[in-house]
Amino acid sequence: MELELKGITKRFGSLVANDRIGLSVAPGQVHALLGENGAGKTTLMNVLYGLLQPDEGEILLDGKAVRFHSPKDAIAAGIGMVHQHFMLVPVFTVAENVTLGIEPVRPSGLLDRGKTRREVRELSHRYGLEVDPDALVEDLPVGIQQRVEIIKALVREATVLILDEPTAVLTPAETEDLFRIVRQLKEGGKSIVFISHKLKEVQAIADTITVLRRGTVVGERPPGTTEDELASLMVGRNVQLRVSKQPAKPGDAVLDVDGLVVTDQTGKAWVNGVSFQVRAGEILGVAGVQGNGQTELCEALMGLLPTASGQVTLGGRDLTHATPQQRLRAGVAYIPEDRQQDGLVGEFSVADNMVLDVYDRPPFASGINLRPAAIAANAAERVQEFDVRTPSAGAPVSTLSGGNQQKVILARELGREHKVLLASQPTRGLDVGSIEFVHRRIVEQRDKGLAVLIVSAELDEIYALADRIAVMYEGRITGFRPPTVPAEELGLLMAGAPGQDSGSPGAEPTPSAPTATPGAGQ
Amino acid sequence: MTVADRVQPVDLDLAAQPPSSAFRRWLAPATFAVFGLVNIFVLGLYSHSGDATFAFSQAFAKVTVPNLSLPAATTCYVCGAITLVIAAVRAFAPLGMALKRVSIAVVVFLFIVALLCWADAGLTTAFNVVNLLQGTLNDSIPIMLGALTGVVCSRSGVINIGIEGQLLLGAFTAAIVSTVTGSLWLGLVCGALAGSLVAVLLAVFAINYRVDQVVLGVVLNTLILGLTGFLYDDLMVPYTNTLNSPPTFTAIKIPLLGDIPIIGPVFFDATVFLYLTYLALAGVQVGLFATRWGLRTRAIGEHPVAADTVGIPVLAMRYRNVIAAGVIAGIGGAYFTIGSVGAFGKGMTSGEGYIALAAMIFGRYTPFGAISAALLFGFMTQLQSIMSTLNTPIQSNLLLMTPYIVVIIVLAGLIGKVRGPRAEGIPYVKA
Amino acid sequence: MSDQAASPGPATSPGPATAGAKEEERGPDGSFGRALRDAILEGNTVTVTILAIFTAFVVGGLLNAFTNRTVLHAWASLFSAPGHAIATAWDTAVGAYVEMFEGSVFNPHTVAALFQQASFSTAVHDGYLSAVFSPLSETAVQATPLILAGLAVALPYQAGLFNIGAQSQLIGGMIVATFLGYGVSMPFFVHVVVCVIGGFAGGAALGWLVGELKARTGAHEVIVTIMLNYIMAYFLTYLLSFGYLMQAPATSNQITSPIAGNAHLPLLFGSHLRINAGFLIALACAAGVWWLLNRTTIGFEFRSIGKNPSAARVAGMNVERNWVLVMLIAGGLAGLSGATVIQGTDFTLNFQSYGTYGIDAITVALLGLGRPFGVVLAGLLFGALHAGAPLMQAATGTPVDMVEVLQAVIVLFVAAPPLIRTMYRLRAARAGGVGGVMSKGWNA
Repeated sequence: MELELKGITKRFGSLVANDRIGLSVAPGQVHALLGENGAGKTTLMNVLYGLLQPDEGEILLDGKAVRFHSPKDAIAAGIGMVHQHFMLVPVFTVAENVTLGIEPVRPSGLLDRGKTRREVRELSHRYGLEVDPDALVEDLPVGIQQRVEIIKALVREATVLILDEPTAVLTPAETEDLFRIVRQLKEGGKSIVFISHKLKEVQAIADTITVLRRGTVVGERPPGTTEDELASLMVGRNVQLRVSKQPAKPGDAVLDVDGLVVTDQTGKAWVNGVSFQVRAGEILGVAGVQGNGQTELCEALMGLLPTASGQVTLGGRDLTHATPQQRLRAGVAYIPEDRQQDGLVGEFSVADNMVLDVYDRPPFASGINLRPAAIAANAAERVQEFDVRTPSAGAPVSTLSGGNQQKVILARELGREHKVLLASQPTRGLDVGSIEFVHRRIVEQRDKGLAVLIVSAELDEIYALADRIAVMYEGRITGFRPPTVPAEELGLLMAGAPGQDSGSPGAEPTPSAPTATPGAGQ
Repeated sequence: MTVADRVQPVDLDLAAQPPSSAFRRWLAPATFAVFGLVNIFVLGLYSHSGDATFAFSQAFAKVTVPNLSLPAATTCYVCGAITLVIAAVRAFAPLGMALKRVSIAVVVFLFIVALLCWADAGLTTAFNVVNLLQGTLNDSIPIMLGALTGVVCSRSGVINIGIEGQLLLGAFTAAIVSTVTGSLWLGLVCGALAGSLVAVLLAVFAINYRVDQVVLGVVLNTLILGLTGFLYDDLMVPYTNTLNSPPTFTAIKIPLLGDIPIIGPVFFDATVFLYLTYLALAGVQVGLFATRWGLRTRAIGEHPVAADTVGIPVLAMRYRNVIAAGVIAGIGGAYFTIGSVGAFGKGMTSGEGYIALAAMIFGRYTPFGAISAALLFGFMTQLQSIMSTLNTPIQSNLLLMTPYIVVIIVLAGLIGKVRGPRAEGIPYVKA
Repeated sequence: MSDQAASPGPATSPGPATAGAKEEERGPDGSFGRALRDAILEGNTVTVTILAIFTAFVVGGLLNAFTNRTVLHAWASLFSAPGHAIATAWDTAVGAYVEMFEGSVFNPHTVAALFQQASFSTAVHDGYLSAVFSPLSETAVQATPLILAGLAVALPYQAGLFNIGAQSQLIGGMIVATFLGYGVSMPFFVHVVVCVIGGFAGGAALGWLVGELKARTGAHEVIVTIMLNYIMAYFLTYLLSFGYLMQAPATSNQITSPIAGNAHLPLLFGSHLRINAGFLIALACAAGVWWLLNRTTIGFEFRSIGKNPSAARVAGMNVERNWVLVMLIAGGLAGLSGATVIQGTDFTLNFQSYGTYGIDAITVALLGLGRPFGVVLAGLLFGALHAGAPLMQAATGTPVDMVEVLQAVIVLFVAAPPLIRTMYRLRAARAGGVGGVMSKGWNA
């Protein structure tokens, strides 16, 4: 089936998310849609999937104009979508999830579970998906969950498959598996729209690459196009992917983590014996695929999750069982992974958010009395200093853009007296301008002689910032590397291949002594 | 496995789930131990000398079962001893979830046996177990039906605290319609429709206007309480004969089944309401877990976005389910008047809708669980009324408190945290 | 000011200020009248609330008109005398409200009686002057417990907890205040203060229990408070059933002995009017709650936790401790509410003393949008309904249950501003505006 989009325009108020976008996908092709966060990729796909109605333009299937009023129409027309956040009911089995909405029913009116199971097995076998129809979805690893989503689309006889940022949550090995499946689907005659912001993946899998920027198509390129060209198309200028920074001058260890174990209520160890030190004046970057214990590591370091065993000391002070407040007071500045959930109170003003963890200290309070004047003065000063774009310091922080919200958090955390900066996914979902701003501030902290710990799932970010890289896999650190390490080697470590130096954390290699021997296996 | 759990919004719970668990760990064994000690030192030591006699047949039963006599004090001691052993096991041995629940059931059962022995000790009249069970089942009908309504609503993602209002309006409507038309069946149907009328209000405000559903339920209950109270004073009191003297359903004995000793009179010799309850239980159970409707209903209660993306109309389905479920509670309400006492009285549901809500949560949002919990609460009420006829020194008000205290204890830790459908109470807004 | 209505942007801040602010905004080319009209049409909180109240009264009037006995008789002859039926319906509906107004705000007959007196001094002495203010006094008396109990719901609401248990806490306060009232003997004033503090403590203990259970075990406060309402009601009856507990000697009724005269809350305007110091306590508490919420670090924590518990925890706040604290204070306020009833008007405790205060408290808090001064206004409105209801029933035969209906309908409409806006064809306030009572779900 030939799919064509013509002049699709979608506005949200004054914002034009898609501006006269044209795109055509031939059968048996992988068509990549490349663009930054906020470039309008997801909006476009939601239009195609019937979740949004375009303001202008039309969708053509085999040359005929169609209108999708809901996903139902799109599904009926043969379009399937694998969402970035899986649309799976966690407490249902694979078969139940696959069958939802098109359930086969026996004459008695009861569900025909056997038929669904057979269908899942059959498809699973044909495309090499290997999924057990009776497994509970919440028990499955993400890679498999993604396959369930693919089966869901295939059962509905999709001929066009949209994959929205499919690799964001996958390990390199899982990504390879996905690519294999995509190729198999392609050979089966399916068209695939592959949405991503990762240049290398797009180069590896796509037959055609369409680049989106600020809601418009800025170019169509073959897969052989160089990375630099794609990158500059994507962001609109020649980007300096690396922050300019001087070599680190590390001092004494400030944050010392020794054998940290974090378990959940069922006893599963999310962080399993992690040890490292962060020295004054250096940035330690923790790399790894999302979901390998980084979130839990940060939350445990902040006292949000209880520490099962191990020890955490900050500047010689034992913080292993300290409360979040004690840690903040002891000098931890924290930029949480999910800023809206954990970093800000959306309905509070910018000013109130800027004192969210110091509201009870002078000068913002005396005794239990708040001092609104001091809070306002602080806000005025910080808004200026961090260039927060807000209508006023009294505006609710939820009305600000993501970049400005992050600036509010930075302003608050860096404005406090602190010894270590702990930043988890500090630039997730931000535009390039804000990313540069945040990166500059982080390097500035290092240069002031503070210890900085960055956790990021983006390798580019790790390379840009880190003076030393630790890789996490399944709750363990699989190796420490200098920032000069090749990406392939990091990829192996992220997939769990043990590195040579991963023995004693006390004997960490210095940045100047790279060890570059990938582990055996893979 | 790994990431799956983390990606799901389980972390939301971080705020609600305090880390300390020592309190919870010891709560169950401590409670058990208290029950055991009460069995021994209160019920055992203070029981009158002599035997407690239990009867298992009613007066005119075709087949009779001999009475059972137990030495009261000894039985209490034995029950207490077993309970203490269970407490010790619960404290120090790792038990699975199923065993934990069984242990709760056993402790409660032993306590009841001890309590009855103590109450009946030395009395000449035998304690009629069949009457107790029959009364329990009948007393529980509104709670059971209300709880089933709650299960369907919750599973669809809507919190229904308005069960109380549904029961009350059902009772009122059934009484007035039956009186005016003289037809019990018409009264029953209208009572059922009254239940879904309240559900319509709930649906419109909760689904359409996205009003906080807990708030909404409480306000709806106030509204119905005021409205029925107003109409009662305004119309029913002056025109009692023409508006509030309904006939009542009589018991229908099922042939053969109704003659089985013990089981027959308890389960198969009752008004149509009990049979409708069986029907509702079977319908909800099978419907939720074996039909297309059920799968979709559970999907919109757990993950409405996922349901929407495969073409299930989330809002329409929530509307339909909430309104249809209202029928069940409406029937439960009708029981208060035309199934039991006849005339309507102001606020006659006296909080059973809230008990139904508790039963639903206690029963972990499953039809059978909810029904079992409802029966437990009905049993408490029945026990209280029978105890007071036995002239026991237990104050009936204290006994009436027990179901509510049980709910709190249960919520606080005996069965761990009950997790409702994930999207329960969160209005669905299309992206 | 804590904004329950979740109004993003300064331009949409609800209240009368909007009109003024908008006028400035419009500058010279917009007249004040036009700005005012716009503000009203835009459907901000105040407009919606007033319309909700108005609509509820219309609904109540219709209910009354269509169920009243005389009206029903008139309807029977609708075709022979249609005008009569409609006139009777109108008279009944309006008549009930007129009586309610006379019972709660102002009764012209009392003024007439005042002017028929020979001299002003006899008028004052014989209570004719007081009679003029008696309806207002009654409104204040009725509003006192409503305001206090309403605060007991509104304060935890700000911290993200829904306290349906004002009734149980109120009973707790009543029990302690009454016991201290008849059980001990103390000089005037000291006795008053001791009983009031006792009432606070009695309620606070129950509130604390709810908070502690939630903090330690995660037991949902809605269910726990509903259960406690029943437990305390039965417990009260139990206490009143035995002479060795709290039952008055030589009676078979479930009632306590009257509290000592020294424990009565002082009357504010002489013996003819029942308005007492309890009203001042209620107003002071409202001011205190406002101060606590908006001007203290404790309130900052409450509000943070109410809006985003997760971020509050990351910011170092102890969420559990705050749950306990806010429920303790809320319970105390509900307990105070009970104490003012006992010490201000009832003087004895019976098994029904708690009345419908627990439910009324929820409606008061919701109508007041969870803000202290909103609660005061809502408490006064519902207090007026309660004060006027007996006269309404006596004069027109309209059952007092009408008050509960009105309350519930008002709150339903207030909770769903879009409904009111649709009914009256108001524009939606810019950028969101009135949020109503939006759902947060059950598990969160």
